Amino acid sequence: MKNNPVIIDLQNICVSFDETKILNNVNLQIHDGEFVTLLGPSGCGKTTTLRIIAGFLKPDSGDVIFEGKNINGVPAYKRQVNTIFQRYALFPHLNVYENIAFGLRLKKMKEKDIQAKVRQMLSLVNLNGFGSRHIDSLSGGQQQRVAIARALAVDPRVVLLDEPLGALDLKLRKDMQVELKNIQQKLGITFIYVTHDQEEALSMSDTIVVMNNGEIQHIGTPTDVYNEPKNAFVADFIGESNILDGVMHEDFSVEFSGMRFQCVDKGFKKDEPVDVVIRPEDIDVYPAGKGMLDGKVTSVTFKGVHYEIIVDIDNFKWMIQTTQKAEVGDVIGISIKPDEMHIMKKSEYSGLYGDYSSFSEEFDELSDPTVPEEDE
Amino acid sequence: MMKKSSFASKLINSPYILWSVLFIIAPLIMVLYYALTDASGAFTLDNVKGIADYSSTFILSIGYGAVATVISLIIAYPFAYFLAHTGASFQRMSVMLVMLPMWMSFLIRTYSWITILGDSGVINSFLRIFGIGPLPLLNNGAAVILGMVYNFLPYMILPLYTVMSRMDRSLIEAAEDLGASRLSVIRRVVLPLSVPGIASGFTMVFVPSVSTFYITQKLGGGQINLIGDVIEGQFQVANNYNLGASLSLVLMVMILICLGILRLFTDSDEGNGGVLI
Repeated sequence: MKNNPVIIDLQNICVSFDETKILNNVNLQIHDGEFVTLLGPSGCGKTTTLRIIAGFLKPDSGDVIFEGKNINGVPAYKRQVNTIFQRYALFPHLNVYENIAFGLRLKKMKEKDIQAKVRQMLSLVNLNGFGSRHIDSLSGGQQQRVAIARALAVDPRVVLLDEPLGALDLKLRKDMQVELKNIQQKLGITFIYVTHDQEEALSMSDTIVVMNNGEIQHIGTPTDVYNEPKNAFVADFIGESNILDGVMHEDFSVEFSGMRFQCVDKGFKKDEPVDVVIRPEDIDVYPAGKGMLDGKVTSVTFKGVHYEIIVDIDNFKWMIQTTQKAEVGDVIGISIKPDEMHIMKKSEYSGLYGDYSSFSEEFDELSDPTVPEEDE
Repeated sequence: MMKKSSFASKLINSPYILWSVLFIIAPLIMVLYYALTDASGAFTLDNVKGIADYSSTFILSIGYGAVATVISLIIAYPFAYFLAHTGASFQRMSVMLVMLPMWMSFLIRTYSWITILGDSGVINSFLRIFGIGPLPLLNNGAAVILGMVYNFLPYMILPLYTVMSRMDRSLIEAAEDLGASRLSVIRRVVLPLSVPGIASGFTMVFVPSVSTFYITQKLGGGQINLIGDVIEGQFQVANNYNLGASLSLVLMVMILICLGILRLFTDSDEGNGGVLI
C-alpha cells in the first residue's frame, strides 16, 4: 500500500472556530487504495479533517493536495471525493433507485448506462430489487447500504466515511464492517474512515491515524499503533494498558517498579525518564517469588476468554489478562518478556491515566481527562 | 372510571365544539339555505342558475388571484431561501419585520397605498419635480395586483421559511458531494423538498386574493370588479342574500377544486414542515 502513489496530501492544516483550535498543523499523506481510519475521541478534529478533504470546509491555513494538485479552491461538487454521511443524508423525495442515480444524472449519463450502473450498485450492496422502494420504508442498515451505493455509483477516487456505522446495533455493525472492508478491497478505492471505536479501527484499517485535541498523535498500521504506541494517549485510547513511570538507564536497560529489567528499546539519553507500556495480555503469571515482581491480587473478574486480574505491585494497580485463576488476596508473581515492554518518551499525556485502582469501564470513560464534554 | 373521564374530556372540549357549531357549521348551513331558497324562503335553483351570468367575473377573479399568488411566490421563494441560510439573529429580526405589517389593520395598510400611488401621492409628487406625470398608478389592474401581493406576501414567506429552515443541511451537502452545482442543488433537492411550503403559501395567498373586495374597491377604483365585489354588492346594495349566498357557495367550491388540484402535486410529500394543507 505504501508503494502506491500519494493521492491526498494534507500539509500544515490549521482550523479554528471562534478562537478555539480545532486542527493544529495536521500533516497527513494518504496513498491510493489505502483504508485509512481517523481515530480519536469526540472533539479531536477527525470529522473536521474529513470535511476539509470533502471540500465542505476551507482550512484557515495549509494546503490540500489531490494527486499533486492543490485543490484548496476547488468546491465540493468538483472533487473526485464522495462522502457517506453519519446519518446517511438520503434524499427523502426520491426512491432508492433515484437516490443512487442522483450523481449519475448530474453527469448527464445515458439512461441505459444509468440503469446498468444502479443495478450493479444495488447488487454490490445486496439490495437487489429494492430500486422502487421509498427511503422511509427502509431499515437503518438498508439506508446505510443505499448511502454506500449512492457514493460509490459516481466512481469516486476517494470515499469519505463519517462514523457510518454509528447508528447501527452491534451485530449489524460487525457485519457491515466486514462488508465495507470487502467492498473496499474489491473496488480498490481509497477509504478514509472516521470513528471513535478503536476495535472498528483495528479490524478494518490499513493505516490508523490517532488524533486528539486537533493534533495527530500517531500514524501507523493497526499492529504498530497497538504494539508500539507513540505516547501515553495512544496507549490508553487503544486497548487496555499498564502505563508505568520508568527510567531508561542505558540502551536495553529500563527501571520501573523499583527494579531494573532488560528490554529491547534503545536510543534514549542516559537515565532519561520514560513511560513504560505493558499490555495486560502480555503479562505471565507465576507463583509468588517465581516471577520478576510480586503483588497482591485485589480483584478478579471472569471475562469468558480470560480472567481480568488487578494486582497491587508497589502501590501501582496492574491489570493482567490471563487464563490462570487467582483468588483475591493471593500473592502472585508476574513476568514480562523484554520485547513486550514498550518504552515511550515522556509527553504531555504522561501521568494522566494512572493505574487500575478505581477500575470499572464506565469509570474509565468518565474520568478520561482528554474527552471533552461537547460533541463534534 | 372510563365513563367519568370521557365525560370530563367532553366537558373540556364542549366550548370548542360549541364554537365550531356556532361560527363555522351554522354559517355554512345558512349559506346553503339562502343559496337554495328565494326571498320568500321557498326552495329554488334559480340562484344557482343565475350564476352563469357571472362566469366571466369568476374567471377574472381566479386569474387575478393566480397572478398575485405567482408573483408572491417569485418574490418570497428567494427571500425565504436567503433568510434560512443566514445567521440566527438576522433571521429572527427579518422574520419580525416580515410579520410587523400584519399587526396593523388590513384596511389601513391598503388605504395607505392610495396616498402613495394617487395623482397627488408620494410618487407622482416626486415625479412632478422633473416635470413627469402624473402617471396613472392607481385605479387599474396593476394596482390591485400590487395590493394583493403586498397584503398577502407574508403568508407566502412564512411557510416557505419554515420548510427551508427545517431542511436537513446534510442533504444539501450530499447533493454537492455528488456533483451538484449550487443551481442543481436548488432545482433537484431544495425545490422538491419545499413543495409542502409552496403549497401552504399558495393556499394562504390565493384564497384571500380570489375573494377580496376591499383591495379592488380602494386600489382598483371600481374599474375592476371581482367576485368578492359582486358578492358584497348583493348583500350590501342589492339586498339579494340568496344570490349572494349562492355566489359564495360556488366560490367556495371553486377554491376547494383549485386546492384539490394543488394537492395532486404535493400528495407524496405528506406536508412535513408545511403550515397548512
